[in-house]
Amino acid sequence: MVTITGKSVFGGVSIGKLLFYKRSEKVIKRTHVDDLDAEWKRFQEAKDAAVSQLQGLYDKALEDVGEANAMIFEIHQMMLEDLDYLESIENIIRTQEVNAEFAVATTADNFAKMFSAMDDAYMQGRAADVKDVSERVLDILCGVDTGLKEMSEPCIIAADDLAPSETVQLDKSKVLGFATQFGSANSHTAILARTMNIPAVIGLGEELSPEYNGKTAVVDGFTGTIYIEPDEETMKEMTEKRQKDLDRKALLEQLKGKENVTKSGRKINVYANIGNVSDLGAVLKNDAGGIGLFRSEFLYLENSDFPTEEQQFSVYKQVAESMAGKKVIIRTLDIGADKQVDYFGLDKEENPALGYRAIRICLTRPEIFKTQLRALYRAAVYGNISIMFPMIISVDEVKQIKEIIAEVKEELRSEGIPFKEDVELGIMIETPASVMVSRELAKEVDFFSVGTNDLTQYTLAIDRQNNKLDRFFDPHHPAVLAMIRMAAESAHAEGAWIGICGELGADLELTQEFIDMGLDELSVSPAMVLPLRNRIRECD
Amino acid sequence: MKEFKYVITDPEGIHARPAGILVKQAAGYASAVKIAKGEKSADAKRIFGVMGLGVKNGDEVTITADGADEEKAIAELETFFKENL
Repeated sequence: MVTITGKSVFGGVSIGKLLFYKRSEKVIKRTHVDDLDAEWKRFQEAKDAAVSQLQGLYDKALEDVGEANAMIFEIHQMMLEDLDYLESIENIIRTQEVNAEFAVATTADNFAKMFSAMDDAYMQGRAADVKDVSERVLDILCGVDTGLKEMSEPCIIAADDLAPSETVQLDKSKVLGFATQFGSANSHTAILARTMNIPAVIGLGEELSPEYNGKTAVVDGFTGTIYIEPDEETMKEMTEKRQKDLDRKALLEQLKGKENVTKSGRKINVYANIGNVSDLGAVLKNDAGGIGLFRSEFLYLENSDFPTEEQQFSVYKQVAESMAGKKVIIRTLDIGADKQVDYFGLDKEENPALGYRAIRICLTRPEIFKTQLRALYRAAVYGNISIMFPMIISVDEVKQIKEIIAEVKEELRSEGIPFKEDVELGIMIETPASVMVSRELAKEVDFFSVGTNDLTQYTLAIDRQNNKLDRFFDPHHPAVLAMIRMAAESAHAEGAWIGICGELGADLELTQEFIDMGLDELSVSPAMVLPLRNRIRECD
Repeated sequence: MKEFKYVITDPEGIHARPAGILVKQAAGYASAVKIAKGEKSADAKRIFGVMGLGVKNGDEVTITADGADEEKAIAELETFFKENL
């Protein structure tokens, strides 16, 4: 077995034979030409034929992958009609008295170099476009057949790199996956692979050698790995992984766009928990109805100093915009306990889980809190953001938070900075104290979200990180469920809504019980969204 | 000759796609249309020239039109930039 690692551009697992895509080998020679007008005309005819082929590809792509992705072939046509490009070719033919092939190849090289020299990865990637369109003209000039060999069976396509025109011409029903030696995540091939839902790994390097043509291989688009002639164990593992992914996709197909309604007609929102911007893809892929918990800690954990308002603003804005109007619940910083950050300068504590953490830091160091709130209120203009506060134990804390929010809004207003006036506010229910005063808390906020991990640990007085206590730990302990029920009753009595964002929310054995308690929302890890949505539809 | 200045707000700058749309739009005018970023300037009717400027988010560009339909060109192009870039 040979294992090669590259960069994933689209997830999924495919198993099949490797088919090495071989380009026609053309050797471009420089030859002297006497009739320069005829040579120029020969080029123009080839160019016109290339443009008309590209129009055909555009029409095909328009149907397969949509207008936004098909646009590249329109741009390719423009490149072939570009006056700078044409003038360069004509100039080389006429002044050097050479053949059209040589003039095209030289011009293509020069223009590709111009892109390669630019200081922007995206523009550097466009060098491949120039080469692709020029290859097309050269194929016509040299009389090379550009049609692809018919594939007799579905294959994993391997190549040095694939041009967009080559990708789109493939018979997609026969393509299991892509594996290329080079290429970038910005290449149109990568974009098309994503649009066509084909597992793809790029940048595998020359280790991916043509000698493997015809060998059985596995492309794991999740990890960016390709296994050639996989051993039995790998084959078994990958077959299972593939099946799991297919099951998820089938579930997605079945549930996409459908509401989460129980048999008795109760509607529940199913959202996803995320801890970083990079998780957004998984949220969208699993068709979550929103983000029920966006842990803002990563902004602090990944930084060597306090993240600035602008840094935070751009992250919150990006998440809000990506979710396009769906709810995004952002939890203010929950540092302390097991999440330590040096620059906060926190003292070592005897009992960090019961110590100086989360909202307790925010209320004693309002300058840190205000920076985050300013960023959140500003970003709320760009989508449907709600704000949630962790580790609440009293009504007084919520009142203090609201005073700070009032100050933040007043500052933004006087500085003339746009912000959203009316942002939905909620609290985490994760302390037994908050449950006991939940009726009073519900009068102050729009929603509750139950953090079952901490609520369980505080209710049962069991440290989750001590595995000696496992035999005493019961995630379905009646005390915990009674806590959730009480919080739900309080919320609804005061017109607030309630959800769960802890691990218990994804426990499918409890889904029916949560529905009976009247929970309005369950927020789970992206991978659990579809199974949970499926389970809800089975509940009464 | 007419001109306007514009600061790009599209996070991706003038990428292939907007460059293509701009070139198509500019090609529709009889006037000579130029796009300049700092010292560098390009014919807005030529896609390699426009892409070669490497215009990014936050860059200021100057668009000039010179010819019979320059007023119409500038008015329409200004709208185009505001809507697309």
